[in-house]
This record gives sequence, structure tokens and C-alpha cells, in this order.
Amino acid sequence: MDISLKNVEYRYQADSPFERLAITDVSIDIPSGTYLAVIGHTGSGKSTVLQHLNALLKPTKGSVVIGSREIKAGRKEKNLKGVREKVGIVFQFPEHQLFEETVEKDIMFGPMNFGVSERQARERARAAISLVGLPEEILEKSPFDLSGGQMRRVAIAGVLAMEPEVIVLDEPTAGLDPRGRKEIMDLFYTLHKKRNLSTVLVTHSMEDAARYADEIIVMHQGKVFTKGSPEHIFSNPKALIELGLDVPEVVGLQLKIEEAFGTKFKKISLSEEELAEMVARFLEGGGTK
Amino acid sequence: MSKPLVSIENVSFSYDGQQTPALKNISFDILEGEWLAIVGHNGSGKSTLAKLLNGLQFPQEGSIAVCGITLSEDTIWEIRKNVGMVFQNPDNQFVGTTVRDDVAFGLENHGVPRDVMVERVQTSLDKVKMGTFLNQESHHLSGGQKQRVAIAGVLALQPAIIILDEATSMLDPRGRAEVINTVRELKERENITVISITHDLEEAAKADRIIVMNRGELYREGSPEEIFQMDEELIKLGLDIPFPVKMSKIMRQKGVGLSKSYLTEEELVTELWTSHSKM
Repeated sequence: MDISLKNVEYRYQADSPFERLAITDVSIDIPSGTYLAVIGHTGSGKSTVLQHLNALLKPTKGSVVIGSREIKAGRKEKNLKGVREKVGIVFQFPEHQLFEETVEKDIMFGPMNFGVSERQARERARAAISLVGLPEEILEKSPFDLSGGQMRRVAIAGVLAMEPEVIVLDEPTAGLDPRGRKEIMDLFYTLHKKRNLSTVLVTHSMEDAARYADEIIVMHQGKVFTKGSPEHIFSNPKALIELGLDVPEVVGLQLKIEEAFGTKFKKISLSEEELAEMVARFLEGGGTK
Repeated sequence: MSKPLVSIENVSFSYDGQQTPALKNISFDILEGEWLAIVGHNGSGKSTLAKLLNGLQFPQEGSIAVCGITLSEDTIWEIRKNVGMVFQNPDNQFVGTTVRDDVAFGLENHGVPRDVMVERVQTSLDKVKMGTFLNQESHHLSGGQKQRVAIAGVLALQPAIIILDEATSMLDPRGRAEVINTVRELKERENITVISITHDLEEAAKADRIIVMNRGELYREGSPEEIFQMDEELIKLGLDIPFPVKMSKIMRQKGVGLSKSYLTEEELVTELWTSHSKM
């Protein structure tokens, strides 16, 4: 399912003394099957963009096309269930939204809300729990007896059980340990490939953006600052640093080495092996230009 | 930095209804003025340990002494005066409507006289560089700023020890750096003892000493250099290898002459430069 934002503007509490312009003139195309990463500071408009992807927010100017549905500024939009069923959002700290008595009921809540039968919802809960790497026994437990990492997985299973075509992830690994972080990111990447989903990842981790995304959008002060492939975005690290953003660690190290030796390698490397090789070759050549 | 401020002896703890203990026979000391990082995977027991140090839970076996006082139901208030805690979620620990009220809250609870209170609120906020935010409301602050106010609230009570329980894990990279720099400055200027519970290895690399927890047991203890020599073993424990160490290793494999693994990018770059400019 394709999603596109066309010249979208959003004002919080429009026409009130508290009006605040969050994003302006944002145009983004997310063709079906894309893995898009959105990076930018806290307050750059990332979360506002994210909430337009399933019409939780409706633009105050411009339009959003989600599949065959167009959501236009200034129009009353009704019956958005179809959109919300297809676009699943995993919010930050999604475990804060767990509420049911058992894990199974919690996971079944979403699908049943969209009219899936109880029997089918139960099957989906079973499938989703194994997708996120938890044992079936956990379905009978209270979500509040689980560890933080398990709760996060249950919350994610709740979104997967809706069988969305587009998955939107807002900092899905914040607070997890390194292994948990990698497992969750790999899980989403596998699903993305296997089910040919579109994935939108909002993140502060430049490593994740560089590793998983086909395309990266950099948000700054409510606008799209730049967009392109990871290679393209990180080939100009100085621009990101000027915005106060980080670059992947491997890029940061390359800049420090280049500065120390007063040189410039022929390209910016996004992989550790590649950088090590470039440095090795450079030093074999005597460490001079 | 010599005498033990906290001694933990043969401590075990299980939560109600759980078969596996959260902590199994843990013993170690925390020295005055040191920055100790406790690292471990989710569920390794590190947060349970923090709760025990502050008397939020009591060990079922073994004993804990803080500043020479053995922890028990009778001494928790004495001990809590000495141990300040900063928790993970910046929004859950802001109790006042303004920054000033928030920092004053703990002092009021301890019955500190007003004139002392006014002065302590100001000096503690100055220490975390939030002195000019006195009358700001919490929703105007960033996550990093809120955590710094939480640290000021703890400092105002003049504890001997500050425990940071994953205090940076919900922050963006900028907020994380703000908090870590604040802690480092405090430790240098105020000689405060810091225990940081974290799985951010870059944060742990800045500590004086690291304790690695695994499945409720104390797995290893040492300086950051020693701990990060564990290499692949850290990954098996659900942790990671800090980037500069990983890069040093890959560079050596590719034939770059480096004598060891470096803990910071700066050391790595300096070594590359000095060893190769001699040629």
C-alpha cells in the first residue's frame, strides 16, 4: 500500500491562542515495500508526521493519500477504520498501553475491534506471540507480571495481530538491552522482507537508520531538510552535525581519522569492515596523501 | 577513594511467586567517591539491586550496610537520607508544578527550614546548570532537563550516594549526553559516589569500575579496560562491545598495527597517528 504526504502542514490547536505550527510543506512518498527511516531532533516534527500516516492527525493544509483513501485538509473525514486497520503504529514505550487481564486478551483486542471473529483473533494471537519470540504459555499470564522486555514484545504482538500492510515504528527499542534491541530490529526487518510490508522507522539511532532503511528523511524545524539513500545522507556528515544530529559511529570515527591525518578518503564508509580496510590501505601507503 | 561506603554481603532476593531468585549470593563493596556502573541484560537483577540499596526491598539472605549502618526496617529513613535515586522515566518523577517546587519537595519532607531550603534549591539547580529555570513548568522542559532537575532534587538532600537507575535510557542522544556530563562534573567537584545502572556501554565505559550482572549473579567485576577485554563474552551476556573496542579489533584483523583495544575513539585515533607518523 502506497502512502504519500503532499504539502502537508499541521498546526496544533489551530485558531486558538495556543496554536503551534508543527510541520509545514512536508511531502513524502512511501511506495509499497519501502523501508523508510525518519530522523531528526526531538521537536523536529517526526512524531507529527508519524501520526498522519494513519490519519490520527489530519492535515491543516495539503493532503495525505493512504492506499486508495485521500485525507484532505478542511474536509470532515469519516470512517477511517479501514485506514487504521492497514497501518499499524508501534508507539514509544508501547507496553504502557497494555491493559487486559491476560496477554491473549490484550493481543486479541485490536483485531476484534476491527471485526475479526473471536476464534480467528485467538489464532492470530498465537501466531503473533511466536513471531515476537515468546512461548505460548505466556498467553495465559497477566501482562503486568512480565518483565519490561517481554511486555514490549507483547505490545508489538498486538500490532502484528492486526496484520497491517504498513508498520510504523516510533523508537521501538528505547530502553531495551543491546540483545533485545537487535532482536526486535531484526524481527521487523524479517517481517518487512517476508510479508513485503512498508516500514517507517522513527529513530534517534543513526546505526539503525543506516543498517535497515532504503531511504532516510531528515526532519528539521518542521520541514523535510533532506532525503535520500543512507549512502547519500551520510556522505555529507557535516550537514547533519550542524543540525546537532549524530552520524553513525563508524562515520564519526572516519571523520576523526581524516582530521588527524589531514586527509580525505575517497568515500564515506557505513560499514566497520570497509573503514578498517580503507585505513589499512591508507597506512600501508605510508599514511600520507 | 578508599573506604567502603556500601558493603553488600551474601545477598539473595526472590520476588513473591517467582521460582528463580532475582539475586543469588551477591557480595561487593562500593568505595567512597567512585563511579560504579552496574551493567547486565534486562532481568539480570541490576534494578533489584538498586531497590535493595535504598530499602525499597529487603534481602531475604545476607546484609547490606550503607555508611556503616546496617539496612533494616528501622534504619531505612536514616539510609534514604544518604542514598538518592534517579529513575528511568523523566515524567514519572516530576512532582512539583515548577522546577523550584519540584526540588523543594524532598526538603519539605525532611522538614528543612525555609531559609536553608531556598538556598539549597538554588545551589542544587546551579550544580546541574538549571539555575535559571526556577519558575519554569515541567512541560516546558526536555527529557534531559527534567532528569537534571530530578538530580538536583536528589542533590538538595545532600546524599553521600546517587543511584541512577537507567536514568538516561528514555532520553534522546542529546539528553543522554547532558545527564552524563552533569554526573561526571558532580563526581569531580563534589566527590559524590555514583552508582549507574545501565546497559548503555558508552556510559559504563566512563565509570571507574564496572560490575557485570547475569541471571541474578555477579558475573564479573573490573575496570572498564578489563571488562571490555571480555569481548564476545559480553555479547553472549546480552550486552555489546563498545564501538572503539570493536573497531580496534577489526582494524587489527585487517593488518593495522595496534598494540591493544582502545576504549575511546580519541585514544584509537591518537594511537593510529603516533604509531604511524614515526615511519
